[in-house]
Amino acid sequence: MTAFIQYTLQGLSTGGFYALSALGLAVIFGVLGVVNFSHGACYMLGAVAATVLLDTLGLGFWAALPLVTLLMFVFGVLMERLLVRWLLKLDPLYNFLLTFGITLVLVDLVKRRYGVSSLPYQVPAGLEGRIDLGSLSLSRYQLFVSVFSVLVCLAVWMLLTKTRIGMIVRASTEDAERSRALGINVGRWVTPVFGFGIALAGLAGVLAAPFRAVNADMGSNFIIVLFAVVVIGGLGSILGAVVAGFLVGLVEAFGQAYADRFSQVLIFVLMALVVLIRPAGLFGKEEAA
Amino acid sequence: MSERATAQPTATERASGDVLAVESLSAWYGEARVLTDVSLAVQPGEVVTLVGRNGAGKTTLLRSIMGLHRHVEGTISWGGRELGKASPDARAKAGIGWVPDDRGIYASLSVAENLTLPPVVNKDAWTLEQVYEQFPVLHERRDFPGTKLSGGEQQMLAMARVLRMGSRLLLLDEPSEGLAPVIVQRIGEIIRQIKAQGVAVLLVEQNVKFASTVADRHYLLAQGRVVESLDNDAFQSRTTELLEYLGM
Repeated sequence: MTAFIQYTLQGLSTGGFYALSALGLAVIFGVLGVVNFSHGACYMLGAVAATVLLDTLGLGFWAALPLVTLLMFVFGVLMERLLVRWLLKLDPLYNFLLTFGITLVLVDLVKRRYGVSSLPYQVPAGLEGRIDLGSLSLSRYQLFVSVFSVLVCLAVWMLLTKTRIGMIVRASTEDAERSRALGINVGRWVTPVFGFGIALAGLAGVLAAPFRAVNADMGSNFIIVLFAVVVIGGLGSILGAVVAGFLVGLVEAFGQAYADRFSQVLIFVLMALVVLIRPAGLFGKEEAA
Repeated sequence: MSERATAQPTATERASGDVLAVESLSAWYGEARVLTDVSLAVQPGEVVTLVGRNGAGKTTLLRSIMGLHRHVEGTISWGGRELGKASPDARAKAGIGWVPDDRGIYASLSVAENLTLPPVVNKDAWTLEQVYEQFPVLHERRDFPGTKLSGGEQQMLAMARVLRMGSRLLLLDEPSEGLAPVIVQRIGEIIRQIKAQGVAVLLVEQNVKFASTVADRHYLLAQGRVVESLDNDAFQSRTTELLEYLGM
């Protein structure tokens, strides 16, 4: 039972990164129709930025959390304005290739500047160590990450369901063309939504910095799992992205505990099963015949 | 470019009537030409149907008017202004309301949100209260996800949505398709009511009988061309022939 709770917590904390990032991926895909391959690199950039802020300016985790998120939002806005925007009218494949290219550039820039070895990052003050509850011993930081990412997902959920902006984003995520035909200027929301999605990836990166190896390549495996998350949840489904994010986190944690090397395989077995039973994903809308 | 220019017609244009005029419109999908030299007009308070077989280009015509199909030549003007390259949202704000053949109800929005998503574009638009009074079932189900409604209810919702926007031209794509006769009758009533309010309606319809109960005039479309234009009397007297022509 103790082990079970520990793995669950570990799964929820990893799932938190996946859920936050997949949420960003989902709104970007929904509103822009862009599959952002650079999402993993943006997650990596968020983590690297946190370590750099600490090394150069002495800014710790609690300052990095809002600051890096904001910086990544600006980065996303620039990326959309300067690059992604110009290809929006073409086949979606072009933006997929563009963001793949951006990934390669970002990874190599980080390698060039900071090398390939992992950058150390401390667990923030106040969240070190473990909480002992009798036989149960839980990592404070994992507990924090789990709760925090659930709260951020809830906040984003409230934003999406309780505000007019959220209503427009949901409608455009479901069908951007139809929203335009109903008088919604979807184009106005494209830049902020892209920035928002990238900011969420950056936020996940900062959260990951204290207990994942921070290096230029940390995003490459991440993006593969992230695509599995999006497929499981259903492409374009916001709720699906969040639920599948935590689900995959749990599968990974229990996989590592009981099946060790097969933990990654399990994620894709899950994906295959979901696609077999529900081709559009758990929360995806089935295409009309 | 001209996105703003078409957004709000001036008072004089409004007074001169919201006329839809399509002139020598051709449309393509890639290399394939799906509309050839189509001309038609719809006056305020007039219900006009486009009748034709599947693939005749009816939906493409509606999509071109809405600005969703961009590969076109010819002119489309609305309320005295040429729409040119105006975006779909600018056209919607200028008073063109789209009711797509799949009804276009959002699954991720509640019934009430589906109604209030589009901006109100005219002062004489239906209020939410009016909508609920006309369609009590939408009020009852206002917190349900839009797609949890029955087909007929979704059709009502799609029409109510553009009425709440205050659209002055409705593009209705097969509103009777797949619905029970009672519901089709109700949709006919709504169309007549909209017409009485001076709204122009361009209706794509394969149900010839239904078309003849609501429309003033009809255009027959075949292989992307208008092959005939009939008033409703002529249309009714030739129903059998037309049904055969349509292969129904």
